[in-house]
Amino acid sequence: MQLSGWGRYPRTEGRLSTPRTEVELAALLTGGAITPRGMGRAYGDPAIGAHAVSTRHLDRMLAFDAATGQLVAEAGVTLGAIIKAFLPLGWFPSVTPGTQFVSLGGAIAADVHGKNHHAEGSFGAFVDWIDLMGPEGQVSRCSRTENADLFHWTLGGMGLSGFILRAAIRLKRVESGWIRQTTLAAPHLEAALEAFEATYSATYSMAWIDCAATGARMGRSIVMNGEHARLADLPPAKRAQPFAARGHLSPRVPFDFPGFVLNPWTIRAFNELYYLMGKRGAGPSLTGWEPFFYPLDAIRDWNRIYGRRGFIQFQCVVPLETKAEGLRAILDAITRSGAGSFLAVLKRFGPQESALSFPMEGYTLALDFPVTHRSLDLMPDLDRITADFGGRFYLAKDSRISAETLRRTDPRWQAFVEMRRETGLAQAFTSAQASRLGL
Amino acid sequence: MSGVALILGATSDIARACAHRYGAEGYTLQLAGRDPEALEADAQDLRLRHRVKVSTHRFDVLETAGFAPFVDALPALPDTVICAVGFMGTQGTSEKDPQAAALVMRSNYEGPALILGLLADRMALRGHGVLIGISSVAGDRGRASNYVYGSAKAGFTAFLSGLRNRFHGTDLHVITVKPGFVATRMTEGMDLNPRLTALPEQVAEAIWQAEKHRRDVIYVKPVWRLVMQIITALPEILFKRTRL
Repeated sequence: MQLSGWGRYPRTEGRLSTPRTEVELAALLTGGAITPRGMGRAYGDPAIGAHAVSTRHLDRMLAFDAATGQLVAEAGVTLGAIIKAFLPLGWFPSVTPGTQFVSLGGAIAADVHGKNHHAEGSFGAFVDWIDLMGPEGQVSRCSRTENADLFHWTLGGMGLSGFILRAAIRLKRVESGWIRQTTLAAPHLEAALEAFEATYSATYSMAWIDCAATGARMGRSIVMNGEHARLADLPPAKRAQPFAARGHLSPRVPFDFPGFVLNPWTIRAFNELYYLMGKRGAGPSLTGWEPFFYPLDAIRDWNRIYGRRGFIQFQCVVPLETKAEGLRAILDAITRSGAGSFLAVLKRFGPQESALSFPMEGYTLALDFPVTHRSLDLMPDLDRITADFGGRFYLAKDSRISAETLRRTDPRWQAFVEMRRETGLAQAFTSAQASRLGL
Repeated sequence: MSGVALILGATSDIARACAHRYGAEGYTLQLAGRDPEALEADAQDLRLRHRVKVSTHRFDVLETAGFAPFVDALPALPDTVICAVGFMGTQGTSEKDPQAAALVMRSNYEGPALILGLLADRMALRGHGVLIGISSVAGDRGRASNYVYGSAKAGFTAFLSGLRNRFHGTDLHVITVKPGFVATRMTEGMDLNPRLTALPEQVAEAIWQAEKHRRDVIYVKPVWRLVMQIITALPEILFKRTRL
């Protein structure tokens, strides 16, 4: 069958197995290299390959300790399921990416980050241990004290350090399902960066950035900060049911939009509208957890708006020292190319020490582009600019950087490649991305 | 006020989906299968997700002598029973090996019918209950490609129909479920038309709705009712020539 990531680009012909037990999974390992796959929410090719093995049926919650907030669950459990089960009890994932439809295994493999990275770190910071299946089907428990090397390779290791079976993660206590949101319109890039630095103490922060704006308005953004609302922050009506903060029902994108729907003009119009609406809505507000954390989840199958050819996502981080020049150079290259990005997000990262994880202290920029010649031509320029400014790339979003670019921007992977070769992991676990990047 | 649901053959994909559906409604769940230890992870998952009571029980559909003790040992007589036990076997093997054919017949007809019959009597004594049997469209008409399995399901369908007829006018309700194709372990690797194929969660939802609205016989995907009407309406002289 045809396999692809969330961006539906690239696609490969491959087999998809859905084991229901560890024994079935171990048996699959004897038949050649496999590609671990969760919910298929990585944008590019990390979870596609000749033989993908899905965690779809390995999705049980196994234990919860209400004293510590520690949840033990199988890799296929989604963050959405965790929220559904535990938010009513006053618990929320400590870190969540922009969609709740990711699996626990995927979140660990990509060491995903959320709007609170600068304040609380990445997903891995809240993982206590991981049960990992190795090349021979053997299972080892990995933590910061037990098989510590393997534990650190697994956070951000894109599923290439073994098959994540289950893990223990810590949830955070919340008093409600509401977020106290503060919205601010920043008329240009410098103002946006200033806003991020001025609100560094906020638990959550991110900005939508208008990639179509040029000149004095380049980099104009809607910056959003948020805090979990306490009971005392809620009006009485909401206080009675503090966790009943529901979003609206999800409409689905019923078919692939034709390619012409997203063009430079509609993208510009959308961005204009979004900025104006954000500006008008500036100030404090009370937002439900769904629209705050998962605005795009409200439109199921939103990847279809990019049409049949799919889209590519570009996400890089540039270090704090070169943030303004780096970001300006990237935005400049985008506007010059005329390839608009429909959805663009800017976010401040805090410091992070890790073996393979994407975040480092600085600013991360995430951009979506429809798959067109124009945007494909632009990508190598963006890669080069990112590398020149000392940045690196998020492999959970990547579908096309070169092995050379990865070597240049992120030398940490070299040791991982050697470890994989020595331990037999390279023969057992691979992916289209791993082949492309020589991992 | 939620009740107690007993799920027979609880390891199957449809059974798991039903457990979650009834769990979401707050039902206390009794999971019964050949290997109760294997059900423990599912039980724990159900407890955590739905905050309901879940117990696991050993139940082998082939051990009919153990049925009465099994029912006696349940912590409570259930309000709803879902029988999701089933075994397709292979038609070719069933044609050549009477033992294999008998296993298919006993797994899909004898065992399920007897246990539901037993539970129906207990429920009737108490005064209420819902009995849900997962049968199959394969039982609507015998076809060359799977008539051993189909005939067993036909027997089960007839048994459920009789049970429903017998208890009509009482507070005992019997539902026959004919799921059509379902994407489960049983059908993995088969080339199924996606328009005719339901997900286990859709089957579970249809079952819950059928209980809520006290339906008698349901097809999960409505298109199956039409398909089976055509298939059963074909005169035998034509039908025997088909390769369905």
